[in-house]
Amino acid sequence: MIEIRNIDKRFGSLHVLKGVGFAIERGSITAVVGPNSSGKTTLIKCVLGLVRHDSGAVSIDGVCMNGTWQYRNDIGYMPQIARFPENLTVDELIEMVKDLRNVKNAGEEELIELFRLGSERKRPVRTLSGGTRQKVSAVLALMFNPAILILDEPTAGLDPLASSLMKDRILNERQKGKTIVLTSHNMHEVEELSDKVVFLLDGKVLYDGKPHDLISTTGEPTLERGIARLMENNGK
Amino acid sequence: MNALRRLSCFALGAVAVVTATVSAGEIVVHPDGPVRTLSAALRLARDGDRIVVHPGVYREGSIVVDKSVEIVGRDFPVFDGEDRHTVLSVRASNVTIKGLQIANVGVSYVEDRAGIKLEDAHGCVIEGNRLRRTFFGIYLAKSSNTRIIGNDIQGEAVREASSGNAIHLWYCRDVTIEGNHIRGHRDGIYLEWVIDSIIEGNVSEDNLRYGLHFMFSNGSIYRRNVFQRNGAGVAVMYTKNVQMIDNLMEHNWGPVAYGLLLKDITDSYVARNRFFRNTVGLYSEGSSRITIERNEFTQNGWAVRIMANSVENHFTENNFIANSFDVATNSRQTFSRFEGNYWSGYRGYDMTGDGYGDVPYRPVRLFSYVVERHPPTLILLRSVFIDLLDLAERVLPTLTPESLVDRKPAMQRIR
Amino acid sequence: MKTTLKILKYEFHNVIRNRWMLAYALFFLVISEALFQFGGDASKVMLSLMNVTLLIIPLVSLVFGTMYAYNSREFIELLLSQPVDRKWLFVGMHAGLALPLALAFVIGVTMPFVIHGVGEAGNTPTVVALIGAGIFLTLIFVALALLIAVVNEDKGRGFGVSILLWLFFAVIYDGLILLATLTFREYPMEQPVIVMTLFNPIDLARIALMLQFDISALMGYTGAVFEEFFGSVTGMVVSFGSLVVWTAFPFLLALRRFIQKDF
Repeated sequence: MIEIRNIDKRFGSLHVLKGVGFAIERGSITAVVGPNSSGKTTLIKCVLGLVRHDSGAVSIDGVCMNGTWQYRNDIGYMPQIARFPENLTVDELIEMVKDLRNVKNAGEEELIELFRLGSERKRPVRTLSGGTRQKVSAVLALMFNPAILILDEPTAGLDPLASSLMKDRILNERQKGKTIVLTSHNMHEVEELSDKVVFLLDGKVLYDGKPHDLISTTGEPTLERGIARLMENNGK
Repeated sequence: MNALRRLSCFALGAVAVVTATVSAGEIVVHPDGPVRTLSAALRLARDGDRIVVHPGVYREGSIVVDKSVEIVGRDFPVFDGEDRHTVLSVRASNVTIKGLQIANVGVSYVEDRAGIKLEDAHGCVIEGNRLRRTFFGIYLAKSSNTRIIGNDIQGEAVREASSGNAIHLWYCRDVTIEGNHIRGHRDGIYLEWVIDSIIEGNVSEDNLRYGLHFMFSNGSIYRRNVFQRNGAGVAVMYTKNVQMIDNLMEHNWGPVAYGLLLKDITDSYVARNRFFRNTVGLYSEGSSRITIERNEFTQNGWAVRIMANSVENHFTENNFIANSFDVATNSRQTFSRFEGNYWSGYRGYDMTGDGYGDVPYRPVRLFSYVVERHPPTLILLRSVFIDLLDLAERVLPTLTPESLVDRKPAMQRIR
Repeated sequence: MKTTLKILKYEFHNVIRNRWMLAYALFFLVISEALFQFGGDASKVMLSLMNVTLLIIPLVSLVFGTMYAYNSREFIELLLSQPVDRKWLFVGMHAGLALPLALAFVIGVTMPFVIHGVGEAGNTPTVVALIGAGIFLTLIFVALALLIAVVNEDKGRGFGVSILLWLFFAVIYDGLILLATLTFREYPMEQPVIVMTLFNPIDLARIALMLQFDISALMGYTGAVFEEFFGSVTGMVVSFGSLVVWTAFPFLLALRRFIQKDF
């Protein structure tokens, strides 16, 4: 279980996260949603330790993670925009991450096949298209069979085929008991995938519960409309 | 056993005496022989005799050589002045002194004591001797036609006031000083009122004051000498018709140290000398009509420092390489000429292809003026900021002498 | 520690494959070789190389270093999402950037001397000092570049700051020393001037080299403080000692900021 407690973060005068707190159950898919600049990515980066929050704590299975790094051995992360060291080839990139984690076989072959990257392996990353980079990013996140997956907009920029492959894979991973946190702008996707929705607005948690419950409490036909209603109610 | 040795020594001595009498004019000095001192030998000798001195330590006080004899040491017999005496005092002509070791003359503030002192002696040869701690080493007064060759003179001078010169000439003419190795004195070679002499192939180093120092000594030639690590380098003063060729002046460091200091020198020729790593390579004050050509000035603090009272000097075909300052002077006026030298600091070009830069070179930097007036700025030497200042000054001279310029700077180092 | 070596390895590979890196090494090679071809004399070559070293190394280390740091932001983010300690990541980055730069300089400068020789026997320590000063300047200015990149979020601003910093240390600072010396000429300025140079790594490198090139001129100075400073090993110890401090200082400062930084 991942527990996020009362996280506060300011970037200068900008108050991005205002006491955010919720829990993520083991073996579930949690979607963090919200409009642009609501604090989704910052929150994810706080969990990863990429951003240092001002106060609050992130703990995994009861252990506080603030300032440590070893726990990332259990995390696969897919950033929103996949950009890599320009001069490395796909293979070198994968080899490097494996080397860093001291793992000989990370199951990357299967993933490369899944995302049909076979023909791109020897190419430098800088020559790849945005979508292909996103696939490479997915491979890097899913390698090592990590217990926790943190996916920032996992399907953005993917073609429909790759996107559906990705979604299947996510559901598959949950099947295997993985804990998954993702963000998305696509509410159909969220509805389709997630067990739980955390709705962020202006750095605060506005809703934390099942997507189904949100639809019923707002009385709207879809999640998208339910979320829109929540925003309207809060003066947006 | 002891008796037997004594007997054999006596026999040897007897043989020596016999030999001496046989080859007419040879006297043998031996610590255990019949003639045990040089003084005794000299009493026995007549003009033209040869005295052979065998190894040993001879303490005879001051020995006066007043006959035209040849004194030859075997394996450097030691003549010890016991820090009280001039060791050999030559008062006759045609004396030869070879292969002796002369030591411990001792400091005197009242007389010029020396290892070997020649007064009014002519046609002498002082060759291949070793002098150690001799205050003055070889001292010639009012002597002529004498050769000082291949001597090794080492002192342990600490203070100028309590030390003498290694080779000291006063009122002499036609003297050859050649192939001597000199160190640790006040001046290495000192000449005053000496004319028509040749100083060649000597090494003079680590002396307190000057490696070579001469005054009022016209018409002499200085060739292929090495002067290094002397307190103040080489100083030549009040003299005309000097030729200084193929000498090496190096590592003369200090606020008043010069590779070569020319003071009131006229009508002279300074050529093919190498000035390496001296605080000032060549310093010229009140000197005129000197040709300075084909010398090499490398890595000196100031390659040339020329005072405005030096006139009609001609610097040509010299190499100026990697000196901190090429030329410094004390005035905006200059009466010497620089032409056809190679300057490693020159940044011009040669479009005409004649081997000389098309843009004149100004060897006096603005920064040398700044340093002269504000010495602590020396720490900014080779700063980019200073280079920019110098560049501006070169384009538009306002403080540096406008006429001190090489209009034909060579593009290639002169070989 | 092991991670650092791995990061160093990848960073190193990535940097030496950069075209500018090759250009940098070639630059030194061509300059030194050209100086030999035109000037011929090893002393002159070293002197020109001294000016090039003092100007170009800080400039390239700063600009290339800053740009590289901004451009490898993704790389850093990727590594930070892996189980990697920030401290060792930073150490690896600094080394991975500074080592190729230093190597390019050392190879570029050394080759022509190997081919043509060092000239005078006494020139060997000068070449060694030149290379030592170059390595120090690379380490220091790469650390400063990383500091600039860590502190300034904006790439354009970081670029501007690095150019200004270079201008300040390479040119303006000495102008200020000159100004101070002339302004307070009534006072003994030797000690203040030496102290001022301690705060500029380029000045320190310059003095260390001056002690090799210009010792003849420096020995002509009459003043107790300078005589003591220039006349013995003191100057060498002080200038190189201060360079060591300078190597550590911006590095540690940048490391501190890097550990605190949000990506």
